[in-house]
Amino acid sequence: MSEISYRDAIRKALIDHLSVDHDAVILGEDLIPQGGSFGVHKGLDEMFPGRLLETPIAEGAIVSIALGYAMTGKTAVAEIMFGDFLTCCMDEIVNQAAKIRYMSGGQADTPLVVRAPVGLAKNIGAQHSQTFEAWFAHVPGLVVALPSTPADAGGLLATALVSRDPVLFLENKMLYPAKGEMADADYAVPFGSARVARDGDDLSVIALGRMVPIALEAAEVLADEGFSLEIVDPRTVAPLDFETIFTSVEKTSRALVVEEATAFCSVGSEIAATISECRFMSLDGPVRRLSSPHVPKPFTPPLETLAIPGRDDIVALARRMLAGQA
Amino acid sequence: MSNAGHDSDDMPILALGPEPSSEQLLEGYRNILLIRRFEETALYQSTQAAVHGTLHLYIGQEACAAGVCVHLNERDYVASHHRGHGHSLAKGARADRMMAELFGRVDGYCRGKGGSMHIADFSRGMLGANGIVAAGIGLAAGAALSHKQAGTDGVAVAFFGDGASTRGPFHEVANIAALWKLPLVLVCENNGYAQWVPHEQNLAVKDVYRMACAYGMPSRAVDGNDFVEVCRAAGAAVERARRGEGPSLIECKTYRIYGHSLGDMNVYRTKEDIDAWRAPDKDPLLRLESLLESNGLLDAERRDAMHAEIKQMMEEAVEFAKSSPYPEADALYEDVTEVTPVRRPAADFDAENAHE
Repeated sequence: MSEISYRDAIRKALIDHLSVDHDAVILGEDLIPQGGSFGVHKGLDEMFPGRLLETPIAEGAIVSIALGYAMTGKTAVAEIMFGDFLTCCMDEIVNQAAKIRYMSGGQADTPLVVRAPVGLAKNIGAQHSQTFEAWFAHVPGLVVALPSTPADAGGLLATALVSRDPVLFLENKMLYPAKGEMADADYAVPFGSARVARDGDDLSVIALGRMVPIALEAAEVLADEGFSLEIVDPRTVAPLDFETIFTSVEKTSRALVVEEATAFCSVGSEIAATISECRFMSLDGPVRRLSSPHVPKPFTPPLETLAIPGRDDIVALARRMLAGQA
Repeated sequence: MSNAGHDSDDMPILALGPEPSSEQLLEGYRNILLIRRFEETALYQSTQAAVHGTLHLYIGQEACAAGVCVHLNERDYVASHHRGHGHSLAKGARADRMMAELFGRVDGYCRGKGGSMHIADFSRGMLGANGIVAAGIGLAAGAALSHKQAGTDGVAVAFFGDGASTRGPFHEVANIAALWKLPLVLVCENNGYAQWVPHEQNLAVKDVYRMACAYGMPSRAVDGNDFVEVCRAAGAAVERARRGEGPSLIECKTYRIYGHSLGDMNVYRTKEDIDAWRAPDKDPLLRLESLLESNGLLDAERRDAMHAEIKQMMEEAVEFAKSSPYPEADALYEDVTEVTPVRRPAADFDAENAHE
């Protein structure tokens, strides 16, 4: 085990894979001098000459060329500079990558990983701050990963890089500097396997992406008040590990779903609906959702802080739920 | 990989390759005939409600697929468009498994789950027809990149229509293909109409091939109904790609005899317009047949034998398709993803009736 940042865990998974899979390539914008927008690829061009393919600004072409490469059986990684720009390659992801295996009757593998940083950062406005996992989780044929720790970032990416399915790998840009422990080898984390980030008995908090560390902070606050929160991190939202969520809800009888996305038609809403549908008899009260308000992300700091759930929002809602008031 | 100072005022013209050999001429004729008969058979079976859904028939354009694919081997890739039967057959796909796919049967290439618009034979490097205009161009470029990275002399061909030349993916991919010198051949089959709108109303320029100039890519327009001319241009483009000299664009000026798809009532053109393209001096099958007869490569006996062979192949393809079962219900959930796909768990109250 070593301490490693979320960014370096991703970098390590890429290096470890490129070292053994000599056909794997990475396509993206600004990869070589800057190492990509968030520096994930720093130094990789020197280590793997000819394997990083610097592209023009052309997200549709990046993903379609990466997919065509993958359709010949070889792994391709496409970096999309901001998750918001995934809208510029939706056809390539939704109509092509997600459906090639099915439409071809299983003739083709599509070992494609599309990495993109998502989420609110600081004052970068409505077109660089979005959280899009629901769009992709909605589409059959895609794997959608949403790592919240360095170990999961490296571990899920290691799995994505050997997967034969198209994977949307959504990294939270505010987590890149976050530090944590990760095994030096054999660190792969399987898809569809939720992690219980904190054990507790009174309330299950199912948190997505960046909301996991924030929910853990909220759990600390409430622990001082004598409440015990269990934090569940699904890690991949497609496939989604309902069993671990159900086990937690059966234990605590209360469920709160926390996500950075807006709640309308979101993954959090799907989780809440499924808990209500399948474990209604285990519940002592309604499943609650905490999410971003249904507005584009504003630029100015006072409004921006209101546009995403924070620790105190979780604490306040959890307190009311635990008091039987929500 | 960088631009070597291309001056976009240049208009690099793709030279024609050598005249086709006797073998290539005969292979081309056989493929054109095969495609023609396959399409006629599919259309008839559609009227019998045996072929499901719509069809985008390739009749009239056969020399494009035949003239290009005569230069390809099994390691080379092609990506196609809506009208993909011809490219599949010219790339060596089996007529019986294709017909079974149109019938929605389990022995179809895609186990009945793709249909006409998604027909593919990966074992032959046919990466699929495509229901999204221009989407195949990037897929072919990716397959070309696969050959380039591996250091082989393999190539990929993207077939697309004049309608695709007005979409962004064509331009994004053409730029990258030229910049990276991908072993890619872009084949625009300009059949006169983007669905129902004449290309003159869609394109700000007269010719699609001139767009290649903007990317420093050699290009030329050819008579897409003339197997020989398509074959010569494609030969030059494929050889350039194999030598590592980068992509080329060929615009095949051709004509779609049938409508865009089966529901097309042809209100935007006259019967006379269409009949003019069925004439012996236009029809790609009759033109090549006439050439082969005049140079002594095809006498009546050989011609009749080839026609009989393909007629029988079509009868067998229909029988194969009819005798193949529809997929079982379990197939609905197969081949979505390799990992366990997303399934809704059974609800508390109706576990017995749970709809997964």
